[in-house]
Amino acid sequence: MNIFQYEFMQNALLAGLLASIACGIIGTLVVVNRIVFISGGIAHAAYGGIGLAFFLGFAPLLGVVGFAVAVSVVMALVSLKNKERADTIIGMLWAVGMAIGILLIDLTPGHRIDLMSYLFGSIIAVPRSDLLMMALLNLAIIAIVGFFYKDFLAMSYDDEFAALMGVPTRTLYIMLLVMIAFCVVIIIRMIGLILIIAFFTIAPYIAERHSRSLSSMMVFSILYNFIFTALGLWCSYMFNLTSGAAIIMVAAIFFFFSLFLRRPPKAERKGGAGA
Amino acid sequence: MSLENIVEPIAIEIHDLWFSYGRQNVLEDVNLLIRRNEFLAVIGPNGGGKTTLVRLILGILRPDRGVVRVFDEAPEKMARHMGYVPQNTHFSKEFPISVLDVALMGRLGRVGRAWRYSPADRRMAEKALDRVGMLSYRDAPINNLSGGQRQRVFIARALITEPGILFMDEPTASVDTEWQANIYTLLKELNDSVTIVVVSHDIGILSSNVKSVVCVNRTVFYHDSAEITTEMLEKMYQCPVELIAHGLPHRVLGRHG
Repeated sequence: MNIFQYEFMQNALLAGLLASIACGIIGTLVVVNRIVFISGGIAHAAYGGIGLAFFLGFAPLLGVVGFAVAVSVVMALVSLKNKERADTIIGMLWAVGMAIGILLIDLTPGHRIDLMSYLFGSIIAVPRSDLLMMALLNLAIIAIVGFFYKDFLAMSYDDEFAALMGVPTRTLYIMLLVMIAFCVVIIIRMIGLILIIAFFTIAPYIAERHSRSLSSMMVFSILYNFIFTALGLWCSYMFNLTSGAAIIMVAAIFFFFSLFLRRPPKAERKGGAGA
Repeated sequence: MSLENIVEPIAIEIHDLWFSYGRQNVLEDVNLLIRRNEFLAVIGPNGGGKTTLVRLILGILRPDRGVVRVFDEAPEKMARHMGYVPQNTHFSKEFPISVLDVALMGRLGRVGRAWRYSPADRRMAEKALDRVGMLSYRDAPINNLSGGQRQRVFIARALITEPGILFMDEPTASVDTEWQANIYTLLKELNDSVTIVVVSHDIGILSSNVKSVVCVNRTVFYHDSAEITTEMLEKMYQCPVELIAHGLPHRVLGRHG
């Protein structure tokens, strides 16, 4: 099992750790705020950024950052403004973003780009130079969520009461979607755009079932994501599989077995009888 | 009995307020004055607009027309000085959060945005939990509690906002009888310094504490305290038609046929 001695595997594992931290934290907030659909929209629309980067000739990851952040802000404003039809508009942006990416790559002269690695991930596709950017985005996420933790907690549990108490819930919501865009950038190389949603949802869902607080849900989500990533990368290498799909299937198998684990009982507590 | 005799300053003032969800008017031409240290019950049929009225005063909803003033300011500006116990319905059954962390949310308006709550905030939350008999559950997940216990935690959360006005939407629904009585006593004590507005069907709360009653059914009728009897309150459940038909003494603010 000495495959992790290769540099590309070390990079992939380090990238996996960074992705696990970012997506464990943000995935938890995505799940409890029920914004999985909008996360999918941001992830897919980010493909437009890849097209733009190739077309204009700069680093793809920079294109993804810029495009995903712009899309997330637009989606945030739309969903705050027009709650009734927010999901329709998000669905549109989702597809339009991807279409822009594909058209721009069609229009880019020269060699074909390996699209599959952006759509489904590839473990050899994580260059050391990307790791720095991933680490910086991770730090930004940890700092923002750490700083505003109690406000994110309050917004997620009862946004109406939080807003009443003067918590800037709209700003926090926009920040949350921007951090989803950061996560997309962090994991695009490993998991790919299409499968990111699973990385946001599976670990937090398993974690929520036994967590007593939002912060412990985050910590367990990070742990589970990292286990899925390490095992998935190993399978990917051993059996020559696409890394994103391998990681997600490992996660899905864990999820399946977690369903058989007994949920902590809704404790029957003595004293203070309730109705 | 007339307004001129009342010396307490005005806490809440509503003029010519209209509100609709889409095309359906929920509230029409509402005029209301609530004085400081009032203990006001808001009653009326389901769907009559009781909760909407409270949410307009809290600034959660904006009126289509008309003005709401709280302590002579826009409601949004005074939001931190209003405690709110919402109806115990819309909360996630899965969300991992402890009783103490829910109660601490009441301090959000008094602490800065950054980092954590202070030890003083925690002591305050524990004291409030103690007042509603929930201190021994402080570390329990809120979703392990019964509906009535959860309601008591939400009351504690509203108490530590140190409100000038306390709004409660069906605060004793699903609370067992023993604790209902305790909550009435608690509210009575609080009313010495706090204006209280309660949406309730609970005849206990209405008869033991209330100083005046407002009946909401698309329009709003204000009933002064002196006329409140249990018999009359029972009749008010069919208000406003029944009330007017019975010719009971009442004062009406706003247009009224």
